[in-house]
Amino acid sequence: MNKVFIISVFAENKPGRLERITKVLTESNINILAFSITSTNGFGVIKFMVNKWKEAYDLLKEKGFTVSLNEAIGIEMKDQPGGLYEVVKILSSKGINIESASVYVAETRKRAYLIVEVEDTVKAMDALKGENLKFLNPEDIK
Amino acid sequence: MQFWNKEAETLKKQKLRELQLERLKKTLRRVYQKVPHYRAKFQQAKVKPDDIKYLEDVNKLPFTTKEDLYVDYPFGLVTLPIEKLIRLHTSSGTTGKPKAIFFSKKDINNSAELIARCLVMTGAKQGDILQNSMTYGLFTGAFVMHYGAEKVGILVIPAGPGNTERQINLMRDFGTTMIHITPSYALYVASVIYDKGIDPRRDLKLKRAYLGAEPYSEETRKKIEDMLGIDIYNCYGLTEMNGPGVGFECKYKAGLHIWEDNFLMEVINPDTGEPVKEGEIGELVLTTLNREAMPLIRYRTRDLTRIIPQPCKCGRTHRRISRILGRSDDMFIVKGVNIFPQQIEQVLMSIKGVAQNYQIVLESYDEMTVKVEIDRELFDGKIERLIKMKEEIIDKIRSATMVKPKVELLEPGTLPISEGKAKRVIDNRTI
Amino acid sequence: MYWNKEMECISEEQLRKIQLERLKATVKRAYEKVPYYRKKFDEVGVSVEDIKSLDDLKKIPFTSKSDLREVYPFGMFATSLDEIVEIHMSSGTTGKPVVAGYTLGDIDVWGEVMARCLTMAGATKNDIVQVAYGYGLFTGGFGVHYGARKLGCMIVPASAGNTRRQIEIMRDFGTTILTCTPSYALYMAEVAQEMGIEPTTLKLKAGCFGAEMWTEAMRTEIEKRFGLHAYNIYGLTEIIGPGVAHECVEKKGLHVFEDHFIAEIIDPDTGDPLPAGKRGELVLTTITREGMPMLRFRTRDITSIIKDKCTCGRTFLRIERIRGRTDDMIKVRGVMLFPYQIEKAILEVQGVEPHYQIIITRPQHLDEIEVMVEMSKETFSDEVRHIENLKKKLERRIEEIVGIRVKVTLVEPKSLPRSEGKAKRIIDKRSLNE
Repeated sequence: MNKVFIISVFAENKPGRLERITKVLTESNINILAFSITSTNGFGVIKFMVNKWKEAYDLLKEKGFTVSLNEAIGIEMKDQPGGLYEVVKILSSKGINIESASVYVAETRKRAYLIVEVEDTVKAMDALKGENLKFLNPEDIK
Repeated sequence: MQFWNKEAETLKKQKLRELQLERLKKTLRRVYQKVPHYRAKFQQAKVKPDDIKYLEDVNKLPFTTKEDLYVDYPFGLVTLPIEKLIRLHTSSGTTGKPKAIFFSKKDINNSAELIARCLVMTGAKQGDILQNSMTYGLFTGAFVMHYGAEKVGILVIPAGPGNTERQINLMRDFGTTMIHITPSYALYVASVIYDKGIDPRRDLKLKRAYLGAEPYSEETRKKIEDMLGIDIYNCYGLTEMNGPGVGFECKYKAGLHIWEDNFLMEVINPDTGEPVKEGEIGELVLTTLNREAMPLIRYRTRDLTRIIPQPCKCGRTHRRISRILGRSDDMFIVKGVNIFPQQIEQVLMSIKGVAQNYQIVLESYDEMTVKVEIDRELFDGKIERLIKMKEEIIDKIRSATMVKPKVELLEPGTLPISEGKAKRVIDNRTI
Repeated sequence: MYWNKEMECISEEQLRKIQLERLKATVKRAYEKVPYYRKKFDEVGVSVEDIKSLDDLKKIPFTSKSDLREVYPFGMFATSLDEIVEIHMSSGTTGKPVVAGYTLGDIDVWGEVMARCLTMAGATKNDIVQVAYGYGLFTGGFGVHYGARKLGCMIVPASAGNTRRQIEIMRDFGTTILTCTPSYALYMAEVAQEMGIEPTTLKLKAGCFGAEMWTEAMRTEIEKRFGLHAYNIYGLTEIIGPGVAHECVEKKGLHVFEDHFIAEIIDPDTGDPLPAGKRGELVLTTITREGMPMLRFRTRDITSIIKDKCTCGRTFLRIERIRGRTDDMIKVRGVMLFPYQIEKAILEVQGVEPHYQIIITRPQHLDEIEVMVEMSKETFSDEVRHIENLKKKLERRIEEIVGIRVKVTLVEPKSLPRSEGKAKRIIDKRSLNE
């Protein structure tokens, strides 16, 4: 089991913010695999999983964005009713609290991953070791 | 024309000057003896109380600034033992601590006495009902007015600010005849009265309002007067000098009488410290002449005004000043509370995760928005952390200034960086 | 220490004489000046002359809160408005608020009884009194203020709220006496700790806590956290505000200032007087109030009279701490229950904080009580098994005290709403109309 990485970008709730970020990624030919936006009154955090995370992180930073690189775990879900429930049930039984989540659809109607950020990635991965779960390997998305 | 203390209020000019000199000398001897900080300051300026032989000699004395109030904090400038002090009031300072002003029994009584003069000067008398809609607490505003009104025998409704519905019910149910309130809140209350279909001239007994604690224009006065069918009087004061009641308008509403038997006033050029010609605009400097617990010598109020030298038709010999025209420092007022940008800055510097750059934006008198850039290096991708941080900023600013701000977290680099002194306060309000 | 030894230690005989004299004058004044009283007296056929002894007080009809609402705003005033210098109001949760009008004389009496209270707490003119009760229409702030002013203390009129500032002030100015609601005091201790200020390092030596019900266990807690003496103060807007009764150093019941107020205890259902030692509803009569005399006002507070002589030397009778309200006494499955009983259990058990909320529901036909209690930080990070045990222990203790089973839910530290004034302890979700 390996960690994957999520890029988080701080953004004020103003038109054009997402556009500016995605433009930078597009111009460097970086592919966005999954993304989520959490926003509150006034500001938000946009999270991406991309194929070339190190490159993307450096690039965004260089362009002046407020960005951080966070560890995450990718867990395979069955693309069928109850797929998400199965995974979440295991996480909660292990007392793992999801801080943020997004979905990566690897092959449409076949394979999807729940990408979760948790408080302590190493500890969580340890707890999930014995479970019958398949994890996303960072090599797979390069 | 009614007077509360006709003799004192109409004292002949010559007599008034004599009284001032006598009280000034007494005050100087008192602080020189009792306050080590004043003694040191006087010695540094090579001046002794005995050197002050005429009122004009006052400019030999060093100024007192708000920084002096923090020397030997909190009791540094007090001339009485603590057991003789009966009240503490505070006002915003530029450090993390508020300015602390102490009162003796005599001081409290005297501040009420001056307010009694002010109220009677506007026609108030026993039988009037005062709704006091200023904040009771560490601010002086509400209390001093309360005590003054009590002295005149006026019924006081200690309403405090806020809860507009209730304010209006009180006015109606109790037949309030006068109200003490900030101008911005008065405008709001007036508009709600209209929205509710209440005709103030028919349904209310309101006759006059005392507006203070915030600057406002002649137009605002006219507007509220017309809306409510009342007379509005401008009042001026500062916590360092008792609070309200230092200056007050009489029936003629043409400038504020300063009670010169209690305060010695000067108007100076804020840059040079030299007196301006009588009638010219400058910074108001006040010396307390009748204060026991904490006399202040040549205190720089930072308020800009000018003296109106002509005698007033009301017969009072105490000179008037114009309404306050601005500040000679960067203090601003929100919700009637004095705030310095440094207070906000100190709070922001104590919080991990925010950058150095910030801006205070003012659009109205009852709200302030603090815009602050987050620290790029400390961003960890967690929105909960940011929300917590925002709450912490709101909480700590409220604690430091007594006003709850709106806070906006910004991306780094979005606020303009000006060269030299950054422009921290964007005041879009029009007086 | 006494503020007014002559009065506070007056002989019983002298006191009764003064009371009767003042009662007669008050009744006469009320009858002549207040149409409401005249009507009530006439209805039951009692005349002013019928009041010949203190015992005749029972002949006078009760005055209730709703009576006061009916005559809103000035109907209870016994003087012209010119004489009234101040108005206070109690917030009406239903309908019109209750209005209290004070003459200069009334304000002076208020200052007098409050000066006695503060002196009982050990205050002298050298003390620094922080008034953290709200100022404004509410009586709390002003009452303490007038007492401290009479005493010559230095007053810090902090008013309620802005807790961090309150604590900074205590530290910077060396506040020695704190006055606020007991729940706010506990909250302040918590915030002080968050700010890195150990509450026991403050100079506080005593506090007058009231305006809401609290318990002996809570007193111990406040005393321990701040290292001060916590005294119980009692009062209500209808009578004068705070200053009707206060504890002396013995902390065994609150002395009622009988030269200004007459206390009776009645059975809340029948209205019959109850003997000393029996719990019932407190009824108060003012005998010096000019602006708004109050005859046999039903306070709805439940307490009992302690007749034994107090070792402090004061002759005024005592009442025990308020045990409940006739109107927030909760009847659950027919059992009378008061929040303080639950609070007692919570404070006895280690591992929880004195912050709680009682939720009453009626899912089908039976009432159910859920008590939400905050865990302490240590408990919160403990194993689930321990938390389970703690929950059971609390449930057992509460059942022992109140006699019915309740469900305890332990919640995260600091997750229950905090109040800066009176804490809202009971949430009654039963709808009885179904």
